[in-house]
Parts: sequence; structure tokens; C-alpha cells
Amino acid sequence: MPEARYVRRFGRAERAQHLVLIVTFLGLAATGLPLLFSDAAWARPTARLVGGFGVTGTLHRLFAVGLIGVFLVHVGSVVARLLSGERGILWGPTSLVPQPRDVVELCRHVQWFLWRGPKPAFDRYTYWEKFDYLAVFWGMVIIGGSGLMLWFPELFARFLPGWTFNVALLVHGEEALLAVGFIVTIHFFNSHMRPRKFPMDMVMFTGVVPEGEYARERPLEYARLQSASTLEARLAPPPDPALVRLARLGGLLAVAAGLGLFLSIVVAVLSR
Amino acid sequence: MSGVLVGPFVYAQTQSVPPDNDTCQTCHADPSMVRADGRPALVRADAFTASVHGVLGCVDCHADLASAAEFPHPERLARVSCRSCHDEPAAGLAGSVHGMLSGAAALQCTSCHGAPHQIRPSSDFESPTYKLQIAGTCGQCHGGLAGPGARRGPAVAGLFADSIHAVALERTTVAPTCTDCHRSHDILRRTDAKSPVHPPNIPATCGACHGEQRRLFGASVHAAQLAAGNAGAPQCASCHTAHRMAATASDEWQLAAVEQCGTCHREALATYRDSVHGQVTALGFTPVAKCADCHESHQVHPVSDARSSVSTQNRLTTCRACHPAATANFVQFQPHANKEDPERSPELYYAALFMDGLLIGVFLFFGAHTLLWFVRERNDSSAEEERRA
Repeated sequence: MPEARYVRRFGRAERAQHLVLIVTFLGLAATGLPLLFSDAAWARPTARLVGGFGVTGTLHRLFAVGLIGVFLVHVGSVVARLLSGERGILWGPTSLVPQPRDVVELCRHVQWFLWRGPKPAFDRYTYWEKFDYLAVFWGMVIIGGSGLMLWFPELFARFLPGWTFNVALLVHGEEALLAVGFIVTIHFFNSHMRPRKFPMDMVMFTGVVPEGEYARERPLEYARLQSASTLEARLAPPPDPALVRLARLGGLLAVAAGLGLFLSIVVAVLSR
Repeated sequence: MSGVLVGPFVYAQTQSVPPDNDTCQTCHADPSMVRADGRPALVRADAFTASVHGVLGCVDCHADLASAAEFPHPERLARVSCRSCHDEPAAGLAGSVHGMLSGAAALQCTSCHGAPHQIRPSSDFESPTYKLQIAGTCGQCHGGLAGPGARRGPAVAGLFADSIHAVALERTTVAPTCTDCHRSHDILRRTDAKSPVHPPNIPATCGACHGEQRRLFGASVHAAQLAAGNAGAPQCASCHTAHRMAATASDEWQLAAVEQCGTCHREALATYRDSVHGQVTALGFTPVAKCADCHESHQVHPVSDARSSVSTQNRLTTCRACHPAATANFVQFQPHANKEDPERSPELYYAALFMDGLLIGVFLFFGAHTLLWFVRERNDSSAEEERRA
């Protein structure tokens, strides 16, 4: 029986940003991996299927523009919230910035993994969620920066020495492997496929969580909302079943695409 | 049947002069006249007269009959020697790979020039030695099928048929056929130092038509190596192949040429494949730099040579062919950087070390974290209850 009361966790803008992130990330990986693993058996047919060298490169740059765009929009929205005087963004229990508590929670979580203690109580953002979130910032700087260098080498060579382009190509590919590998094996598991969430946590698509689940998973945040009497304002109706069905389908496709990409990396590495 | 020819009537030798062709025809015009083994002894006068030898008398070639005392003559005559008139070609054949084949496999003049009484000049369109017929004539033995007398040479005629040379031959007889490179009578194995297709001789052979390429190649480091006796040094056929000879504008050929350079320049090919240039060509696309785009094709010089397209003096110009706004910084990029070589590419080496450490660190940590979490959560008795709740 579905719960009547839901708590809103993500707004419309955040969900939209995540959606663009999914599409552009998978698109970048699909159009970039054939080049990185150009010696793999699947690389040539894939590149031809996509439409050849020119089309693959153009698509890769289009997805890149999309990803950089959504990243800048997100950073812009965070800056706007900071400027508007919103508190708790850079520090505190509702912040995504890593803090000493995260180290403590990680240790307690591992203790729980090993049957050495109770499950720790988490706040709005857990340490693995912070890692996932900040990994995008690291990735954007590394892959985005090196990607722009490789896109406009003549421009960047006006002030950067030649060896930086050798390094740019290397880290662009290696960081891409890290990103695809991390998303597919770690993020998919942590956020969606672990036993309690399997097959998918819908919160990033619907924006809402059943109240009971929220209270269990983020007891500190739930308690704070209750004590500050702001829980009522965060309550939301159950998600539209049509939206849930759509999200399930889309999520399934994204997971399948991600696993497919990961599998092709494994095949390419093993057949080297 | 006896061993003696039986004609309609017997020609009696009464003169001291050699028999003329009409006299020979008294017997050899009769289709029903056969030898002991049943083969006809017919010589068609009209075909012979039309042949390049039509003005000659029968006894000019069958010389032993000029002084024969008795006719009909014995069935076994002395072997006709073309050499008596055609000394140089016959000597060439005798010393050639074809002439030295053992026993019955050895080629005769007639193997290529056709039936002995119907030989046409090479200028005759119908002659098997007419330029446009030669590939077919050679192809009888070099076409992959058993040739006349079960002779079979290396099957290259099919490869040649698809080559740009064969296509060009359809338009102009200036284009080469087999004999332009291999010669015609004195054909030698390519291992023979006197053969025009012996590797060190190939630039001169191809250069007979491709003069500018020969000039450029002649000054290259490859030509110097070839002349110095380096058996692995490339010559024209190393990249262009001998018989298939594809158009150099084709993607297929350009990509194959990269691999060809890599047969000697292994490290250069490996590091090229690590670069965007090499990755794109490995995918089968050509609009990026391939070996010859930077190093030139025929006039390859060592980097230390000021004439080299990749020498420090010329590098900027070379890069600008594709990257028009390239700067001095830009050409400091190492197209053949090796991430495993801290001497030559220190920055890349340490960047690779850092990235390897990062990847291994992240996956080890989160791999273990994920695995432990999975096991713990599966065994979490409250999980199922929570799910149902």
C-alpha cells in the first residue's frame, strides 16, 4: 500500500539538471570511448554506426556543450543562493561540503558493514552522496578543461606549453574511464541497486521520498525538520504514477546504456 | 600406322635446290595427314603467310630440310632454333627464371608468342605479346590456375588486374604491364641482384616512369639505407605493393601505409596510436595526420636533418598544414610522447602515474566499500521489513 505522505527532497531544477547530466554524460561516453579504445573490435563498427569521424566528433562536442552548460547553470544557482543570503550551503548539516562528521559517519558505516556497531544516523547528505556530487566538480575541471584544450589547441597553445596537450589527452581519457567506471559500478550501486533500493531509487526523478523512508534514512534531517516545524512545508503528495513509470523506463535505459558502456570498456581492456 | 608419312603422292627429290613453300604444301596442306601419334601435320598456308614470318621459307627455320636428300622426310626433325635469327631474346629466355625451369616445364618462345606458324608481331592487337594482351598471356601461368603443361607461377595476375596500373592501361598504353617492370625475355627472380625487381633496383625501375618520386626518394634516409644493403629498408613496393598497386588517395591504402611504417618503426607506431591522430586512423578515418603527412612520403629525412619536414626549422610549417594558427608552443607538443618514458616525456609520465594512482585508489576504496555494504545490507534483517513497511 503506497504511503500517503511524501517529503520533497529535490526541486524541479535539480531533477532537470540530473536528467541533462545523465543524457550528456552517456552521450559523451558513447561518442568518446570508440576513440579511446580505437583498437577494440567494437570501436570501428560503433564509430561507423554513429556516422563516422565527423559526426561522432560533432556529437561529442554538442554533448560537452550541454554538460558544461548544465554545470554552469548549477554553479550559477548555488552562487545565486549564496548571494541571496541563504545559510547552510557551505557548512553545517545541510551542506554538501565535506566536514569532519563525514569521516566519523564513514567510519561508523564501515563498522556497521562489519557488524561492529549500529547503523549511523545520516543527515541531509551522506558522505557518499557528497563524494558523488563533488566528483562532478573535479571531473568537470579535469575532463572539461582538458577537453576544451583538445577542442581549441591553437587557442590554448598561445599561452600553454606543448606538453600540456600531451597531458590533456591522457587525463581526458583516464578521467573518462574513472567517471564511467565510478558511475556504473559505484554510483549505480550506492544510489540505486543496493538491496534496499533495488532496482532504482526514484527520488532524483520524482523529487519526493515516502515520509517513513525519509525518517529512517535521514533521521537527523527528519528530526530537525520536525523540531523546526518546517516538515509540513516539505510534505508533498505521492508522485504521479505516470511520472514514476516514465522515470522507471528512462532510468532503466540509462542503467542499460551505462552497463553497456562499462562492458565495452571491460571487453576492450581484456582483449588488449 | 607406320612411322612414315603417307601423302596423296610421293614427292621425289630430283632437284639440288631446297624445297620451296609450295613444295612443302604438297603434303602439309592436307588436313588428313597425321603423324605417328595422330597429331595433324597440317600447316595452313594462309595463316602462315599472314604471320610475321610469312615472307620466310619453311626451310629458313626447318634448316635441316634445306639439304635433305629424301622426301618425304623423316618425322623427327631437328628442333627449330629461334636463336638463329633472334639471338638476344633467345639467350635472355635461356638464362631467365622461365628458361631455367626444369625439363618440360621450361618455357619456350612459343609459350608466349603463340603457335609457331602463326606468330604475329607485338604491334598486332591479336598477338599474345601485344601490350594489352600481355597480362592475360602471363596470367595463363600466373593467374592462380594451372597453366599450359601444368605450369603454375606465383598468382599475381588477379592482383594486377585490380591495380591502378591495369586501370590506366585501359586508357593509355603508356601505363605499365608485366614486362615493363619484369622485362620480357630475361625475367629474373627478385632475389637475383640483376633483376629490375630486386629490392635495391626497384626505385630505378619505378623511376623510369615516376621520375620525380625517384628523385625525392633518392635523397631520403630510406634510399641511403637501401643502398647500404639494409634488407629491411623500404623501397617503392614496400608501401605501394608490387602488383595490387592501389590508388594512394584511397583510405584503405593510406591506413595500410601507416601500418607499413610501423613494421620497422614499432615504438613510433605504438606512441602514434596513443595520440588523437593515431586513434582516429585506427578507427578507419583519414582526415588527420598520418606518418607521411608530417614526415613526408618519399623525401623522408632524419629529424636532425634540416631538410626534414619535422626538423626544428620546419616543424611549425608542417603543423600549420592542418593547424593554421599553430604557435611555437603548439609545436612543442609531442606527437609521439611515451607515457612510460620518464626521460623523454617526464610530465606525461608523472601525469600517468598520478592518474593510475587515482583510478586504483578510488576503485579499491569504493570497490571494497560497495562489496562490504552489499553483503551487510543483504543480511540486514530489518531491510525486508522496511521494504514491506
